[in-house]
Amino acid sequence: MTPTTEKVARPTKTAPPAAETSGPPRKVRVWQRLTPWLFLAAPLALLITFTYAPVANMVAYSLTDWDGVSPELHYTGVGNYADIFTRAELFQVFLVSGYYLAASVVQIGLALYFATVLSFNVRFRNFFKGVLFFPYLINGVAIGLVFLYFFQDGGTLDSVLGLFGYEPDHAWLGTPASANISLAGVSVWRYTGLNFVLFLGAIQSVPGELYEAAELDGANRWHQFRHLIAPSIKPVLSLTVILSVSGSLSVFEIPYIMTGGATGTETFVIQTVKLAFQFNKTGLASAAAVVLLLIILAVTWVQRRLVPDDKVEPV
Amino acid sequence: MNHRRTIVGTLLAAALMAAGCTGSGGTSKGADAKAPDDPSKVTGTITVLTPRTDIVQDGTMQKYADEFKKTYPKVTVKFDAITDYEAEVKIRMNTENYGDVLMIPAVIKKNDYPKFFASLGTAAERGKKYRFTDFTTVDGKVYGQTTNGGMPGFLYNKRVWREAGITDWPTTPDEFLTALKAIKSRTDAIPYYTNFKAGWPLTSWTYVNGSVHCDTQATAKMAEGNPWAEGADLRVADRLLYDIVDQGLAEKDPTTTNWEESKPRLAKGEIATQWLGTWAIIQFQQAAEKAGADPDDIGFMPFPAQVDGTFCAVVAPDYNQAVNVHSPHKEAARAWIDWFTDKSTYADDNLAMSPLKDAPLPEVLKPYEDAGVKLIEVDDSKGGLVKEIDNASEVGIYGPEYRQDLVDIARGAKDGDLGDFLDGLGERWTEAEKSLGS
Repeated sequence: MTPTTEKVARPTKTAPPAAETSGPPRKVRVWQRLTPWLFLAAPLALLITFTYAPVANMVAYSLTDWDGVSPELHYTGVGNYADIFTRAELFQVFLVSGYYLAASVVQIGLALYFATVLSFNVRFRNFFKGVLFFPYLINGVAIGLVFLYFFQDGGTLDSVLGLFGYEPDHAWLGTPASANISLAGVSVWRYTGLNFVLFLGAIQSVPGELYEAAELDGANRWHQFRHLIAPSIKPVLSLTVILSVSGSLSVFEIPYIMTGGATGTETFVIQTVKLAFQFNKTGLASAAAVVLLLIILAVTWVQRRLVPDDKVEPV
Repeated sequence: MNHRRTIVGTLLAAALMAAGCTGSGGTSKGADAKAPDDPSKVTGTITVLTPRTDIVQDGTMQKYADEFKKTYPKVTVKFDAITDYEAEVKIRMNTENYGDVLMIPAVIKKNDYPKFFASLGTAAERGKKYRFTDFTTVDGKVYGQTTNGGMPGFLYNKRVWREAGITDWPTTPDEFLTALKAIKSRTDAIPYYTNFKAGWPLTSWTYVNGSVHCDTQATAKMAEGNPWAEGADLRVADRLLYDIVDQGLAEKDPTTTNWEESKPRLAKGEIATQWLGTWAIIQFQQAAEKAGADPDDIGFMPFPAQVDGTFCAVVAPDYNQAVNVHSPHKEAARAWIDWFTDKSTYADDNLAMSPLKDAPLPEVLKPYEDAGVKLIEVDDSKGGLVKEIDNASEVGIYGPEYRQDLVDIARGAKDGDLGDFLDGLGERWTEAEKSLGS
């Protein structure tokens, strides 16, 4: 409970066996201390090798003019960072993130709606759960390719609309606005399932008696959502919002596969990849990646400040 | 608290140590891969890195290797076929293990060749026998040997062009546009297919450079001047591409084009024309056979520009084979390159130009001979500088982006004006020239 009790307890514990060697207990104690680290060794080694070491490398490269392959590289100090912050056009691509941010609002709304509906007793609920979660299991590259056919001139979308007698003859990826909305739509299709599962998990952790009690008190479904479900999923909701915001700032797979960043769909990450692998400015691209990391950290920090994650009281 | 700090410190130190382990491989400079005197005495197993996954999978490469083994019985050749060749080999070249023989990736700066590859001999000596040696020459020594040569040009469906009433190759961009308009009005074919989505087919417009003015110094001019100055080669090429799209002569929705599908579609006459190169002819002929169309319908024509009444086509090397400077079997590697260049049927099999100076032109270029098309080689001594300017300016003449923007402007998906756009590119280019020159 408090340090004092511990201090009292310790001498009484160690005093009697003092005659014997203090070996075995110490050995035990060493092992006790070591055990968690042994368990942690494998994940930590992986984490360091594949996350922290590359990040450290990236930060180091961001201070050089390395081209990604030449054995020679020169230290340039903060030159790359100065370069990035003096080139306004490099930040214009963040406007594209606006589309994805708007899409993630829709996405969270949809996920919340379906999670709530399917948390009640609905016919075929497990089937619908599967249907909703399924897109998230598909590889992002495959999704990109599938949706390329979907949006093609005379492709799936056009033929489905044609069935309803509506023939728009519209190039879905043809203009920047249309292309970005289409791509953001694909992103919603892909990630709604993940949000949905997170929400569903949180909702199902609410004990069933509470619903029964609420029903006895005459609460309808909306009341149940407002006063039971909403408060209990608040931490998950705020986590989802953080993930969505950072996700919107670093969109990559879907636009990269589907348009390659053409027609005004270039995002910050695509731009960074192009700097590194097309123009061979690995140093500058590393600096851009560091800047993106800092921006995401800053946004998350601001968000945590605005919406503090208060401890959930046990219900 | 203190405890936690030590842990964080340890983690950080471990991360930095691991980071230190990676990074660039060793530097060794200057080595020669000498041709062996006695074929029966060369030994070793060599690995050849190649982007030609198709002919490695169907066993064609193994046939070459078997043939090679007849002359060099103690050398075994293995192939490592890499789909994303440029990106993957670039990363492998940070180590010493990038095969014994490899195709020089475009990203490697010319001045760095001696650090990565063993020299094959002097330019004076090799230049007598082979074409294109100056593309891999650094300080008088040659570091690569191309497998075959090629030239850019329009692949077109002869039947469709004939049906539209055009029998002679257009000689000016305007005539070319008129021809495409005739195809649009008289046939069902899409006159021109940009392959906008795949991107790299747009990149091949850069290789127009040299053919408009029949200028062997075109690359040097790019390095010293503005490639988009009025009348300059790239401006003429980009202007033509713009007009094609602007006048509705390209496919309806460029953003969802499909490269693989475009081959049979051109063969069947659904697409009339594409700007590609000689290397594509065999692929389109094969696609024609598969689709049940006539392979002889695939035609090839030069860029619509003439100097003194003759067309000009720029021949340039394909990938260059080189010997890894770290290879323990440099003699065997050199033997493979020599054999592949001099003895193998690779260039013929691909309907491509042989790198040997005395070899005849391939059969598919018979129409070129008949039409008296002048074949020129553009001097590449400034090629490295052009690449550097391109990277520094981020214009990307070897990437699709700026032409994708150009197509977007032409079809009204993006605001802008062609003149301003090209002038802007020129401005960025010349600025980079200045900053590199200083």
